[in-house]
Amino acid sequence: MYSLSGRTAIAGIGATEFSKESGRSELQLAAEAVFAAVDDAGLSPAEVDGLVTFTQDANQEIAVAREVGIGDLTFFSRVEYGGGAACGTVLHAAMAVATGAASTVVCYRAFNERSGRRFGQPDPRLGGQPSSQGVEMSWHVPYGLMTPAGWVAMFARRYMHAFGATSEDFGRVAVAMRRHAATNPAAWFHGRPITLEEHQRSRWIVEPLHLLDCCQESDGAVALVVTSADRARHLRRSPAVVTAAAQGAGRGQMMMTSFYRDDMSGLPEMGVVASALWSMSGLSPKDIQTAILYDHFTPFVLSQLEELGFCGRGEAKDFVADGGIEIDGRLPVNPHGGQLGEAYIHGMNGITEAVRQIRGTAVNQVAGVRNVLVTAGTGVPTSGLVLSRE
Amino acid sequence: MTTTAESGVHQRLADLAERQIAAGEVRGAPAADPVNLPMIRHWAAAMGDANPVYTDEEFAAGSAHGAIVAPPAMIQVWTMAGLDGGDTVGPVAVMLAALDESGFTGVVATNCEQTYHRYLRLGERPVAATRMSGLSGPKTTALGVGYFVTWVVTWYSDDEPVAEMMFRVLKFRPVERNPEPAKHDPYPLAPAVNRDTAFFWEGARQGELRIQKCGDCGEPRHPPGPVCPTCRSLNRTYTLAAGVGEVYSYVVHHNPPVPGREIPFVVAVIALPEGVRIVGNIVECAAEKVGIGMPVRVVYREMDDELILPMWIPRES
Ligand SMILES: [Zn+2]
Repeated sequence: MYSLSGRTAIAGIGATEFSKESGRSELQLAAEAVFAAVDDAGLSPAEVDGLVTFTQDANQEIAVAREVGIGDLTFFSRVEYGGGAACGTVLHAAMAVATGAASTVVCYRAFNERSGRRFGQPDPRLGGQPSSQGVEMSWHVPYGLMTPAGWVAMFARRYMHAFGATSEDFGRVAVAMRRHAATNPAAWFHGRPITLEEHQRSRWIVEPLHLLDCCQESDGAVALVVTSADRARHLRRSPAVVTAAAQGAGRGQMMMTSFYRDDMSGLPEMGVVASALWSMSGLSPKDIQTAILYDHFTPFVLSQLEELGFCGRGEAKDFVADGGIEIDGRLPVNPHGGQLGEAYIHGMNGITEAVRQIRGTAVNQVAGVRNVLVTAGTGVPTSGLVLSRE
Repeated sequence: MTTTAESGVHQRLADLAERQIAAGEVRGAPAADPVNLPMIRHWAAAMGDANPVYTDEEFAAGSAHGAIVAPPAMIQVWTMAGLDGGDTVGPVAVMLAALDESGFTGVVATNCEQTYHRYLRLGERPVAATRMSGLSGPKTTALGVGYFVTWVVTWYSDDEPVAEMMFRVLKFRPVERNPEPAKHDPYPLAPAVNRDTAFFWEGARQGELRIQKCGDCGEPRHPPGPVCPTCRSLNRTYTLAAGVGEVYSYVVHHNPPVPGREIPFVVAVIALPEGVRIVGNIVECAAEKVGIGMPVRVVYREMDDELILPMWIPRES
């Protein structure tokens, strides 16, 4: 059977600074990140023939192409479902490269999520549209259940009930991420670690979530260059080989509000991604030296550890105890500080961290990295990657 | 808002209804006039019914009836009370009067089903007998909170039943609306409604919690959709949920502020005994009292002039 495994690689990564107010347009941010990624790979924009971004991105592929001087495009696509798209952009790019639809594909995500449209703010229009999503949201928005924190909190409460997890268990995730960000100069929370007590004292956003369970909001952009593994070997950087890439949606899936299908204590769509990643890569959790887990809200980091098989169901609270996911723990998670600590670029900054860990150039480098697992948005149809060092 | 006074009123009405239903069928006076050709002629002309079997003796003689018969739909006309008449002592009349006294002064007919056993012939003098068959409520409707009163009238000729009618009215407490400005500003979080979901929101307006049910395999489904995922049926029906459930999960929203809502507020996923879950607010209960497994029952809240939302209050288990 044909396999995508090992055929492509991420050959370049680029990003803008991460801020609360970029002071420039989202298109400019996109262009800057694409330049940085192409430069990192040692390519010129004219060599790029494919572009992939998020459905939610406000910058059309052709607009980005015009700004950076990309000529003919033979492949462009967009991936749906908010932050669930992140690793999916690499899957789409890898499929295009592996099938010859394009030779060099750039994935990008650019937004002023803090100074422009903020996803965490209630938007009554969410439930007002007669689209399938508007109708779906209409079972929740009229009751004021209309922020990502609220939707996640509904799962978090059930998870606590099912497994005896506590707010402190969620807090340990936040403490780990802020510890990592504290030593990452690119992180917004560089030099600003937190304690579990500070987490517990932070104000309620939506009970059972405190402020420090919720990731920050950021302005910024990230871009990645995907090309064939063969070609990547001859470029400037050592390749981060795409050993596995997958998307996943579960039965009865909804956007952040899958309250109706199962016991609400897991993330079935991440289970779909996990089984695809393990089967495509032939690897298992013990082969992963560090994981980049999507951390827009702390509770779903626990569920992901379980869905991915790093621990059993309900056992993540023990897994994260005693610094289990910190840089010197049993599985360092998000050594860059994640979205809680570094920046919220819809999961794309996590992929760049995975590439740095493969290259051995991360600021909080984990020793002996061969394989890094990356996940995308949780609570939504999502995606994942396993990147490997040769 | 359910207060002690309100539940006292409800109890009195429910007790009275029980007595009126137990009273059974009560016969009224015989028709003031026997079934006659002049009244038939006027009625048929007014209704535009030109069937000669009602008015033409010769034609009627040659028909299956053998003689002139009265239009069946005229049945109510024969025993209708005059302007001053009217029943004041029958079981339904007493019930309606009690509702008036309790402030449910509005009335609107909601159902009328007539069944005809045979045609009436000239000279017959039908008698109407009435029995009350049900009282349900209080229900929140677009008109206001009210009770549905149902009764059955049977018309007899001598002792033979010739026709029956089920009749239902809504007796409601008219919603007090300020002439201007509108009573409510439009609620900013109105749902999008389409043809797959309209039945639910219409139900909420009528004080009903409607849960989609497959018309073929019977599977309940919420949120609803156009196709049964189990059997592909497009035959959608709904069932009326009992309006009780248990908290399956819940959150307390504190930040950021939400348009149209006061913070903090509680939103829960409620598990219904009908086999589905539904999201709604928990009201009339302090947030710290809410817990997973808490029994709740549905109430209906008017959000603006158009929208009524089902919400949930604690229920003693
Ligand atoms: Zn069916």
